[in-house]
Amino acid sequence: MPSLPPIRPEDESRARRQPPVGAFDPRPVDGIDVPLVEYLLRLGDDSLVLGQRLSEWTGVLPTVEVELSIANIALDLIGQATLFLGRAGEVEGRGRDGDRLAFHRDVLDFRNCLLVEQPNGDFARTMARQFLFSTWQKMLFEHLMSSSDELIAAVAAKAVKEVAYHQELAADWVIRLGDGTEESRARMKDGLAWNWRFVPELFAQDEVDFEMIERGIGANVLAFRDDYFRGVQEVLTEATLEAPADQRPILGGRTGHHSEHLGHILSTMQFLPRAYPEATW
Amino acid sequence: MYTTELQKTKPVASTDPADKLAAFEARVAADEFIEPKDWMPEAYRRTLVRQISQHAHSEIVGMLPEGNWITRAPSLRRKAILLAKVQDEAGHGLYLYSAAETLGTSREEMIEALHSGKAKYSTIFNYPTLTWADMGAIGWLVDGAAIMNQVPLQRTSYGPYARAMVRVCKEESFHQRQGYEIMMHLAAGTDAQKRMAQDALNRWWWPSLMMFGPPDENSPNTAQSMRWRIKRETNDELRQKFVDITVPQAEAIGLTVPDPDLKWNEEKGGYDFGEIDWSEFYAVVKGEGPVAKERMRARVKAWEDGAWIREAADAYAAKQAERNAA
Amino acid sequence: MSKDWPLWEVFVRSKGGMAHRHVGSVHAPDGEIAVKHARDTYTRRMEGVSLWVVRSSDIHASDPADDAQNFDPAQDKIYRHPTFYDIPEGITHI
Repeated sequence: MPSLPPIRPEDESRARRQPPVGAFDPRPVDGIDVPLVEYLLRLGDDSLVLGQRLSEWTGVLPTVEVELSIANIALDLIGQATLFLGRAGEVEGRGRDGDRLAFHRDVLDFRNCLLVEQPNGDFARTMARQFLFSTWQKMLFEHLMSSSDELIAAVAAKAVKEVAYHQELAADWVIRLGDGTEESRARMKDGLAWNWRFVPELFAQDEVDFEMIERGIGANVLAFRDDYFRGVQEVLTEATLEAPADQRPILGGRTGHHSEHLGHILSTMQFLPRAYPEATW
Repeated sequence: MYTTELQKTKPVASTDPADKLAAFEARVAADEFIEPKDWMPEAYRRTLVRQISQHAHSEIVGMLPEGNWITRAPSLRRKAILLAKVQDEAGHGLYLYSAAETLGTSREEMIEALHSGKAKYSTIFNYPTLTWADMGAIGWLVDGAAIMNQVPLQRTSYGPYARAMVRVCKEESFHQRQGYEIMMHLAAGTDAQKRMAQDALNRWWWPSLMMFGPPDENSPNTAQSMRWRIKRETNDELRQKFVDITVPQAEAIGLTVPDPDLKWNEEKGGYDFGEIDWSEFYAVVKGEGPVAKERMRARVKAWEDGAWIREAADAYAAKQAERNAA
Repeated sequence: MSKDWPLWEVFVRSKGGMAHRHVGSVHAPDGEIAVKHARDTYTRRMEGVSLWVVRSSDIHASDPADDAQNFDPAQDKIYRHPTFYDIPEGITHI
C-alpha cells in the first residue's frame, strides 16, 4: 500500500499560522471589514431572493388588484436589495458592485435566510411566507433605524414604512384565507406549516451578529423575539388558526448552506450576465 | 383601438329617439364629455363597452410577454424597471375595467368574454418574447404604437374613458423610453447583443405596424367612431405617423428596419413602406397567433386557480358582516 | 365561475389638495382590502394622500335628467359670484 508523503516542516508551520476558522466562516482578509460585508449581504440577499420569488407570480394572480399588491412588495424588496448589496460591494472594496454580487455569486456565497427561498406554492403558502418574513423584517428595520452604519440606518428608516404595509397586507390575507372557506383554511394551514420550519433561523445568531451588535451596527433579534411570536399569534388567532408545531430548527442560509431551491432560483436569475460575461445591460 | 372593427356587428335599426340622438350628437360635436348617467345611443354604449374592455384585456394579457423576463432581467435596475412597467400595465387594465364598468358591464362578464374568445385583445401579444432584446423592442415599438393611439383618446367623448387615458398617458412616458434605452444599449454592445437587438427588431417591426389595424378601406366603422370621438385619426394616418417617427429612431442606434421597400418620399414628407402581410394579420386576429393559445391558457388558468381565493375572501366578508350585525 | 368581488369607488385627496376626487374603482371583498387595492392602483406615485373607498352600491348620485331642477336655479342667482360686483381699483384684500 503506497505511503503518504511525509509532512514537511513548512507545511506544519503554515498550518499553525492559519486562523482557527472553518471553510465557511468569514475569512479575515487584510483590510476588509468582513463581518460588515457579511451582514449587508444577509440583509440584501433576504430582500433579493424574496423579491425574485414574488416576481414569479407576475400575470398569474387571482385578480388584477392582487397583481398590483404583489408587484408593489416585489419592487420595494428589489429596491432594498439594490441599496444593501451596493453598500456591501463598497465596503468590500474589491470593485464588485450590487449587480456583480447579485448575478455572479454561487449558492455558497449567498447569505439569505432559508425562509425567503421557499417555493411560492399556492397563494396561501406565498402569503404565509410573506407574513412570517415581513413581521420579522419590520421589527428588524425598526431596530436598524438606529444603526451606526449610515446606509443601513437610512434604508431601514425608509423601508420600515414599506414593510409595515407588506406585513399588513400579508396578515390581511392570512386572516381571510384562514377564516374563509374550508378549502382556504386547509391551504393556509399547509402554507404556515411549510414555512414555520424556517422561522427559528430568523432568531439564530452567530459571530457576525455578535460583532455587529457590539459595534452598534446590527440589531439584536433576540430583543424582539417575544414581540414577534406574540404578534404572529395574534394574527393567527384572528385567522382561527394555531401556530404549527415546532420542530428541530433548520439552519444554514446565513453561512451559505441553503435549501435545494436556491440553485434553481440563481440559474434563472443569473443566466444572462453569466452567459454574456463581457456584456453590460 | 382597432379591435372593435374586427367584430362583425349586425347593423341594428336604431331605436333611439331622434331628439335625444340629435342632442347627444351635438354635445359630442361640441367636444363635451358624456358621463355615465347621461343618455347615450345603444350603439355608442355597446361600442364603448367593447372598445374599453378590449383595451383593458390588452393591458392584462400584455403583462405576460414581459412578465416572462422579469426573473431573468440582467441587472437589478432592469429588473426593477420591468417590474414597475408590468405593474403599471396591471394598473392600466384596472383603470379601463373600471371605466367600462360605468357603462353597465361587470368585471365577471368582461373576463368571461375574454376567456371564451368573444372579446378580443391586441394581437401583438400573441407573439413570443424570445430574448432579452424583445423587452427593448416591445417597449420601443409596441408601447410606442400604443401611445400613438392613446394620446388622442385623452379627449375621447366618454368621460371615464378619457380620464383613464389621461392617467395612462402620464404613466406611459417611461415605458417607451426604457424600451428604447435597452435597444440603444444592446445595439452599442457586444456582437452577440447587437445581433439580439437586430433580431428583435426584425421580429417585432411588422406586428407593430399591424397594431394600427386594417387599412382604412377595410375599416367600415371608422367614420362613425370618429364622429363620436371614440377615434381621432384613421388607422392609416396613425400607421404613417408611427413609421415616420420610428425609422429615424432605429437609424440613430444603428439598427435596420426590416423593410426593403422603405423609402423617404420627399413629396409627401414621409416614408413609403412595404406592403403588410394582411393574411398574417387576419390569421392572428382569428386566434392563430404563435402563442395565442398559451396566452389564453395562462389567463384562464390564473382566473380558475384563483377561484378558491376569491371565494374565501367573500366568505370572510360575509362572516364579518354577520359578526358586525350581531 | 365565482362571482365578482363588490365594486368600490375610490376617492383620493393628494397632499396639499383641498378635496377628495373620484379617480376610479376597484373590486375587493371588503373595506380593508379595498383601501389597499386602491392605494396600490391609484396612489403608487403619490405620497401623503388621503384615500376613501365607498361601496358603489352605497353611492347615490344626482340624475342628469333632474339637472334642471337641481342646478339651474343657481344659474340665475348670479349675485353669488364675485364677478357680479364692481369693486373699485385700489381696494385690496377683497
